Amino acid sequence: MSGERPFGPVRRIGAIVLRHLYLLRGSWPRVLELIYWPTVQMILWGFITLFLLGHSSWIAQASGVLISAVLLWDVLFRGQLGVSVVFLEEMWSRNLGQLFVSPLRPIELVAALLAMSLIRTLIGVGGAALVAIPLFGYSVFDMGLPLIAFFANLIVMGWSIGLMVSGLILRNGLGAEGLAWFVVFALQPLTGVYYPIAVLPEWLQGVAFFLPSSHVFEGMRAALFEQVFRIDLLVNAVALNVVYIGLGAGAFLWCFRIARIRGQLLHIGE
Amino acid sequence: MSEAAITVRHVSKSFGSVVAVDDLSFDVRPGTTAALLGGNGAGKTTTLAMLLGLLLPTRGRIEIFGVDMIRARYRVLGRMNFSSPYVDLPKRLTVAENLRIYGLLYGVRDLSARLRRLAEALDIAALLDRPYGQLSAGQKTRVTLAKALLNEPELLLLDEPTASLDPDTADWVRSYLEEYRDRTGATILLASHNMTEVERMCRQVLMMRAGQLVDEGTPRELLERYGRRNMEEVFIDIARARRIALKPRSGARRARS
Repeated sequence: MSGERPFGPVRRIGAIVLRHLYLLRGSWPRVLELIYWPTVQMILWGFITLFLLGHSSWIAQASGVLISAVLLWDVLFRGQLGVSVVFLEEMWSRNLGQLFVSPLRPIELVAALLAMSLIRTLIGVGGAALVAIPLFGYSVFDMGLPLIAFFANLIVMGWSIGLMVSGLILRNGLGAEGLAWFVVFALQPLTGVYYPIAVLPEWLQGVAFFLPSSHVFEGMRAALFEQVFRIDLLVNAVALNVVYIGLGAGAFLWCFRIARIRGQLLHIGE
Repeated sequence: MSEAAITVRHVSKSFGSVVAVDDLSFDVRPGTTAALLGGNGAGKTTTLAMLLGLLLPTRGRIEIFGVDMIRARYRVLGRMNFSSPYVDLPKRLTVAENLRIYGLLYGVRDLSARLRRLAEALDIAALLDRPYGQLSAGQKTRVTLAKALLNEPELLLLDEPTASLDPDTADWVRSYLEEYRDRTGATILLASHNMTEVERMCRQVLMMRAGQLVDEGTPRELLERYGRRNMEEVFIDIARARRIALKPRSGARRARS
């Protein structure tokens, strides 16, 4: 009856991932929804690119810059949304009480949220990236190894924000669930997704420096326009992300402890 | 190490100025069924949540099988389980999917065989491929009971295990729980408003009122002490006393849980 079996944490993380894969498997509209918005955004920016090619010498130097930008932005957004929505699923189904009377630890739930976010992002953004190849003759995969570095940094930043948002929802209840859909967009103007950071006023450039995503998008433009991989920007993004993910996980675990003090795990839900 | 399955010592829980549980102390011996009784707002659900580790007490000590539930709950969570009609399973997943996930969370060996045995014993084999959200209240109760028994718990905490069940299904659930306790030597603590259930199943009754333990004993002892014929009359005696006792204390209000 008692005693921990080997690989307990891996098995429990796998159980939560399996729970959400069952949910996806049981509903094709959910899978379609994952691909739908990234693809619509990519098509929109693809046509804007086609228009601007004849009107902008900047776009003409690297025709894939806007499509790459929108796809990479979606890595950040979908990474954050993946964590928050998967957590919200547990709250909507009033399942947190059942989960946390089992041997599942909060940090294992965090790991499962990150794993599901990765799967959802790969389905959504990966699908849109594949559609871009026949539609616009542009493959984001041509960036090669730098793409992996950009992807990894953006999804880690998305996870960090997703964990903070999930913690806030846990602390404040489902009335705060809207945060999951809009909070990340506050960062978009500062991130320089579609334009260089140099465009920003000087004081905002100082703020942008503290966003890992700013360094990623500057790096993306360097790779596309100058065909160079800026190690300095990568180091900045990684260093900031170490701080971000620590803050994100810490905030979530702190909010979890507050929920245990307030008794929210048993009662929270729709 | 404590000999009791459950040891609660001077446990209190406040939510701001609201005192939900006030200096609660009791033991539950292994292999017995105990009942936590009390009117609405007596603190039963709060107490169960603290025993499960879902809620941190403001002060006091809780041990399950001698393990400190505040500091080391993960050492013992795999040996216990919980069922409540008020805490759901994911509605869109099928019964089989839900049970498989919880089987993995509890590290159940030979999970497929265990699921087959439980499905047969609890008569839910025909429900395995149906979404949990589409089941009737009685079917849901049997499924959540199957979830609670997946890991063959040594301690089973049940919040109103027969609430909203018809008399036939309720009787069947009680019989199953008695058989499980006798076969495995498990300890059961249930919160209930059903006095017939308590008289039938429980060797120990813990009577709560306004967050405090006001009486304790076997059903027979309580009937004699209050000079009543059944537990329902004992319950009413205590509820009436509650109205008298519930005068506001300075700076504190009583909770409704």
